[in-house]
Amino acid sequence: MGIVDQILAGDVRATARVLRDIDDQVPTIHPILKQLYPHTGKAFIIGFTGSPGVGKSTLVDQLTIHYRKQGLTVGILAVDPTSPFTGGAILGDRIRMQRHFLDDGVFIRSLATRGHFGGLTKSTNDMINVLDAMGKDIILVETVGVGQDEVEIANSAHTTVLVTIPGMGDEVQAIKAGIMEIGNIFVVNKADREGSRKTIRELMNLIELGLRHQGQNGWEPPIIQTEAIKSRGIEELGEAIQKHRDFLLANDKSNLRDVLVKRARTQLLEVLKEEALRTLMKRIETRGIALDTLVDQIVEKSTDPYSVVQDLLNNELP
Amino acid sequence: MGKRQFSESALERMEKEYQEWQAEYRKALQKVPERLERFSTVSDLEVKPLYTPLDIKDKNYSEDIGFPGMYPFTRGVQSTMYRARHWTMRMFAGLGGAEDTNERFHYLINHGETGLSTAFDFPTLMGYDTESPLARGECGKCGVAIDTIDDMQRLFANINLEDVTTSMTINPPASVIWAMYIANAENEGYDRKRLGGTIQNDCLKEFIAQKTLMLPPDPSLRLVTDTVEFGTREVPRWNTISISGYHIREAGATAVQELAFTVYDGITYVEECLKRGLNVDDFAGRLSYFWNSHIDFFEEIAKMRAGRRMWARIMKERFKAKNPRSMLMRFHTQTAGCSLTAQEPYNNVVRTTTEALAAIFGGTQSLHTNSLDEVYMIPSEHAVLIALRTQQILAEEVGVTNVIDPLAGSYFVEALTDKMEEEATAYIRKLDEMGGMVAAIEKDYPQMEIADAAYHFQQQVEKGEKVIIGVNKYPSTRPELEFILRIDPELERRQVERTQQFKQKRDQVKFQRAMDELRRRCEGPPCWENNVMPALIDAVRAGATEQECCDLYRDVFGVYTDPGTF
Amino acid sequence: MNKSRKLRILIAKPGLDGHDRGARVIARAFRDAGFEVVYTGCHQTPEQIVSTAIQEDVDLIGLSILSGAHAYSFPRVIELLKENNAEDITVIGGGIFPLEDIPVLKEAGIKEIFEPGTKLHEICAWVDQNVKPRQAMVA
Repeated sequence: MGIVDQILAGDVRATARVLRDIDDQVPTIHPILKQLYPHTGKAFIIGFTGSPGVGKSTLVDQLTIHYRKQGLTVGILAVDPTSPFTGGAILGDRIRMQRHFLDDGVFIRSLATRGHFGGLTKSTNDMINVLDAMGKDIILVETVGVGQDEVEIANSAHTTVLVTIPGMGDEVQAIKAGIMEIGNIFVVNKADREGSRKTIRELMNLIELGLRHQGQNGWEPPIIQTEAIKSRGIEELGEAIQKHRDFLLANDKSNLRDVLVKRARTQLLEVLKEEALRTLMKRIETRGIALDTLVDQIVEKSTDPYSVVQDLLNNELP
Repeated sequence: MGKRQFSESALERMEKEYQEWQAEYRKALQKVPERLERFSTVSDLEVKPLYTPLDIKDKNYSEDIGFPGMYPFTRGVQSTMYRARHWTMRMFAGLGGAEDTNERFHYLINHGETGLSTAFDFPTLMGYDTESPLARGECGKCGVAIDTIDDMQRLFANINLEDVTTSMTINPPASVIWAMYIANAENEGYDRKRLGGTIQNDCLKEFIAQKTLMLPPDPSLRLVTDTVEFGTREVPRWNTISISGYHIREAGATAVQELAFTVYDGITYVEECLKRGLNVDDFAGRLSYFWNSHIDFFEEIAKMRAGRRMWARIMKERFKAKNPRSMLMRFHTQTAGCSLTAQEPYNNVVRTTTEALAAIFGGTQSLHTNSLDEVYMIPSEHAVLIALRTQQILAEEVGVTNVIDPLAGSYFVEALTDKMEEEATAYIRKLDEMGGMVAAIEKDYPQMEIADAAYHFQQQVEKGEKVIIGVNKYPSTRPELEFILRIDPELERRQVERTQQFKQKRDQVKFQRAMDELRRRCEGPPCWENNVMPALIDAVRAGATEQECCDLYRDVFGVYTDPGTF
Repeated sequence: MNKSRKLRILIAKPGLDGHDRGARVIARAFRDAGFEVVYTGCHQTPEQIVSTAIQEDVDLIGLSILSGAHAYSFPRVIELLKENNAEDITVIGGGIFPLEDIPVLKEAGIKEIFEPGTKLHEICAWVDQNVKPRQAMVA
């Protein structure tokens, strides 16, 4: 059996190894992804975003129990940051999902942000596709909780869940600052804590404000209170996700189509960016152009990055 | 602040002479420079070349140091200290099955040990019976396997439980094991009011350092409070919590972190008991502490002296305790397991002796000295005897117990004591600001502080900035010791069979009724009527195993896993 | 070999002991050496460890144990890797072991045992030399 058939048959080892190749951006992965692509589109993808420490892993763990009870299989992608100094990473999200380690219906993969060309978005999208093709019904993606990935997860997921906790004063401000419009569902986790009411009130105001500025095609994001560590509010969150799914499927799936278009466009641009850059870098290499020399010239101000690129594209690499 | 101990003119003169000495010192260094770029304790606290009265000039003897047995107890918790009685020589012991450990207890008592201390194996520590699949390969390896009251009976066979005090290192399942101890003692005819001993029962340091994890913090604290409440009413000679810095230190904490996090754990337990409605002076006197005595001699002495003073002040000022007994930091000490080396293990005797001496100068109430082979495994009889004899020699031959707190007044020791208190107090303020220890644990704050310190120390060792003889200086290999102790691999099977037979023999109706009552109490709001202890004593007497009680806890209260962030 | 290929390592503690100081220190050292470390913490059964290693596609499993239960858990990890056709994953151990157990563990398939006192950079260098990231898959 070839690798593609193995993945389609749900083989864990084959899937795990292909995910690795995606992560490492091995060029030979593209033919595999091409063959898997027609088999994607069945899974429902849920993204989780919010600052570190708000309990995303625990929510993912609890929601996995929720879906397993319904007999659905679950794929999980959990992202942790790469150390900017050493390029290494410690990936510890799994620790909170231990109860699923021996469940054949759950596949968990930890990822590091790495910060390589193309960003995390491309590999995340590719990995989602592989888990989808291997037959997982639900795919849960947990982001690091900082930076651009927060916004980008909304381009990959069907439903984006934005998680916060009471008493993180600037948290709500950060939501206001940029990622308000991407949240389809808001979760106030650790809702038993002091300041919970205040956080909910602030979120309600923000949602109203956001809807006035930039609607979600008539979807009104709900606020769900959870205490993930005590399994409280998980059923309600599951129901809210289901409602959003129903919303996407309503009116002849017109809302879903919007999501799919957004996702396909992102993916196309990501692949284009990566491949174009790879091709250009390869040409630079084969033509023996010394990038370091060009960098030196830029440092010495004898030229500038814009002129160098213009020159490369017009004269050297057509 | 009270009156200064030195007059202004005396201080001025000292200051002037100090400057002169510094000039001399610098001149001399031009010929032979200092050995190290920086001198610091094992916790990396920088120390100066010389300490003088100038370093403690703002201190007031009566307020800050005082007399032994008197507030703020810097010099000791009793007025007589070791002139009346030595510390309790209490060797941590537990191996194989109940009979094996019982035999070790008798061996130690026959060689002059004065208190018992029980080490349980990992399944027992985690609330699993030997037959649990999670317990495979662990039975009796790091302590004794106790599943039932029958095991408890065999563990303490032929030991007078009203004469000897017994310490039991057990944490999340502490209530269950204590219930087995009480039920067994009563079956043997002893009066619970006359039983003396200690259960470690310190759940907070498990989250922080030792990771014997079972229940989430809130229900863990509820169970701890149940035991304190029960002890206060029913077992008045028992120390219901041994608030432990030992494991925090072994996990890599500095001396200051050990002091601060442990004292803050103590603060948290007191707060929980007050919330339950207990009167501070009714229970605080039964709280005890447990310190690590690490390899840096003076740092340890200063830590223990500072701890006593801090606790006295906290109990008086923060909790308004009236009874001086509530302000006493009575403590057990164990020499530092992590300071021992697998290489040239006989050198461990020297390390342990030094650490034991620090504990004595620190004013400990009881002491475990590590055996030289403890770095490999549970100590052999031969090695444990050397360790016990070490204590006896220090107590009776070398004269260090003749005078109370003989290092008081040393400019360095007093200055370091102040430094310990100052830095630990800064941590306590920080923890207050974070909303208490449970909130800090949930943020992984103490865990991260310790992991940072552990990594920092390891890097210092690798760079040779901290020396470990036989490891990074004069490196040596590890010999096979001739007196290595092996646990019988057949023990696991035998223990499983024994517990299964025990369960078959019990009165199932009585057992079920007792378990139902335990569940009812666990599910109810925390209060004396729902205190788990009476129900637990009935349950274990009716044949409940340790795991059956702990499974019930896990079912009602949920299971906690380490957040494991870095 | 693609230059961006990164070594992935699982650090796990089998058995019931909670002494994670060593596991945490080595996880940090591996991170600082540029590796990706999956950390699953304490109290892992051999079954959980192997399932994680496969899902995470690690090149190396580092087992840390101080409870004395290594005689059961280490060989069991190797056995399960074989059952899952994953014996290409290297397994190393750290902790304290009776000397006579070390050859037995190596015989069982543990590639190297690191005893107390081993320097972190020595372990990292050993990994660099002995463990290579896997070849890419081909369609």
